[in-house]
Amino acid sequence: MSTLTLGRGRVPARYLPILVTGCLFVAMFAAGGIRYEGFASGQVILNVFIDNAFLLVVAVGLTFVILTGGIDLSVGSVVALSTMIAASLLEGPGWPPYLVIPLVLAVGSGLGLVMGYIVHAFDIQPFIVTLAGMFLARGLCYTIGTDSIPIADPAFTVFAQTRIDLFADLWISPSVVVAVVVVLVAAYVLHYTRFGRTVYATGGNEQSALLMGLPVGRTKIAVYTISGFCSALGGLLLSFYMLSGYGLHAVGMELDAIAAVVIGGTLLTGGSGFLLGTVLGVLVLGLIQTIISFEGTLSSWWTKIFIGMLLFVFIVLQRLFSGGSRR
Amino acid sequence: MRRLVWPAVVLVLLLALNVFFTPSFFSIQVRDGHLYGSLIDILRFGAPLILVAIGMTLVIATGGIDLSVGSVVAISGALACLQISQDAGLFTAVALALGLCLLLGAWNGFLVAGIGIQPIIATLILMVAGRGLAQLITGGQIITVNSPAYKMIGGGYWLTVPFGIVVVAVVLAVTAFLTRRLALGMLIESVGGNAEASRLAGIRSRGIIVMVYAFAALCAGVAGLMISSNVSSADGNNAGLWIELDAILAVVIGGTSLAGGRFSLAGTVLGALIIQTLTTTIYSIGVPPETTLLFKALVVAAVCLIQSPSFREKAFRRRRRAVAPAAATGEKVRVTT
Repeated sequence: MSTLTLGRGRVPARYLPILVTGCLFVAMFAAGGIRYEGFASGQVILNVFIDNAFLLVVAVGLTFVILTGGIDLSVGSVVALSTMIAASLLEGPGWPPYLVIPLVLAVGSGLGLVMGYIVHAFDIQPFIVTLAGMFLARGLCYTIGTDSIPIADPAFTVFAQTRIDLFADLWISPSVVVAVVVVLVAAYVLHYTRFGRTVYATGGNEQSALLMGLPVGRTKIAVYTISGFCSALGGLLLSFYMLSGYGLHAVGMELDAIAAVVIGGTLLTGGSGFLLGTVLGVLVLGLIQTIISFEGTLSSWWTKIFIGMLLFVFIVLQRLFSGGSRR
Repeated sequence: MRRLVWPAVVLVLLLALNVFFTPSFFSIQVRDGHLYGSLIDILRFGAPLILVAIGMTLVIATGGIDLSVGSVVAISGALACLQISQDAGLFTAVALALGLCLLLGAWNGFLVAGIGIQPIIATLILMVAGRGLAQLITGGQIITVNSPAYKMIGGGYWLTVPFGIVVVAVVLAVTAFLTRRLALGMLIESVGGNAEASRLAGIRSRGIIVMVYAFAALCAGVAGLMISSNVSSADGNNAGLWIELDAILAVVIGGTSLAGGRFSLAGTVLGALIIQTLTTTIYSIGVPPETTLLFKALVVAAVCLIQSPSFREKAFRRRRRAVAPAAATGEKVRVTT
């Protein structure tokens, strides 16, 4: 990728997609504020965070995978599986949350680890491996149970209903805190550690990274494990949000997560992108939903059409800015 | 030919499993002038998947991928049912639906060949927006139609054979003729091998890429007509959901590499049949249907691992040393516990 070259104007080309996304977010927020009463408040933005905390965590994990040039289609199913495992263990045998939560995280990470290992060791396309993982996780959900299981565990309900008051009547949920911590840790790992640089190098050119002596195989396995871990964590956040476990939770969420990463300016070919972009991507998706609910007369399917149009605009922009390099 | 061995073995194993549980599995009867039997059912219910997978094979052969076929399936069924419910003729409805599908496919092709976007993202756009479009057409409702002529496409019979199977046979024959008897197949493979080199060699890469995406969308459109006509209704939200993944799986199981440059239509048909037989098997041997996905995952993993050269090398080397079972089975056990 030629993104390291300084582009037109004074802004390096690699910052352009993220700038465009940021401007779009501001423009959308401004337009919403002008058009609807009560839109231009800090709480609207915080609500986007509250309603999309799980998506944010999942998209962060996916960013790692996509930066190495891979893809993880299993995230949505792993989210559903996590809600299902948590709900069934809490409600059935009555396990305490301090056992259930680590177990769920371990299962998610384990699934990611296995998929990463298969991708690396047997040289099968990530698309296919994670597709199988998606079927496996979804199938496990239905094996555990086909009905929605409500969660009545006191610790979970307290976590779900707590409001953390900020200044001036603004509030967030504990899930947002978790998501923000995940974003900060991930941003640090990705941009300031040796592992992070290896992720970029692997995505930029796997062959070169290998010849440079970088641990490409270990990195690839690690990013899928991270993605699995983030999906499981996202699943826990979703089960706080929904207070139920259900095999049909988060259907098609992998698409939302991929869309968020792409809108955030990360190239699906790998090697270029920022974690902040992914955060902005999730915010833009959330804001679209908010605007559509404020509009009131627009039906829910317009969300999908808008996301599709946004994807189109962003991809064409990226194509223009990245100037001819592809694959 | 050797590439077809493993998928064929899996299919035979699945069929044998069926015979073991239901001895009358292979019997085919003629009742009321219609063919009946489990094998016919597999073909009939698998027809849309085979169609979509045929289109997908050509796209994958050019090194691309088409994620939008599921949405196209929904759009085609939705538009046709909407037209029929508004008293349009069958021909108009079908022509409009397929025309729109061709247009959508050409749009995908334009994004890939014209603008140069990665196929997976280019078609992701239509995959996301297309679902919304299908729901826009149906107005978020399930449109029910009562048209015997339309019902014919998915549920009818022609000379005792289910009409869907006839359609698949015709499409398959035409595709096989065009790609294997004419030079088209070779051109597609050369574009998949190296689009730029093909262009320099005088092949119109862009035209070919646009054509295969349009063809894939057309196949998906026909499949969409079949699915919606079979149930005499159109559901913008659920019609053809995840069929793109099944189709890609069918292609991969059939031995076509996602990297492009080579394809096997016979393998794709085998792959699609494996997926459909698996579904039928699960119902017929009494495994709870909710575990279908689980079995699908295991079979997919098994077939893909067997086909992976590095897995075979590692597995066989381990067996010679007589240590631990093959990695995959070990991993799977750990996942399920």
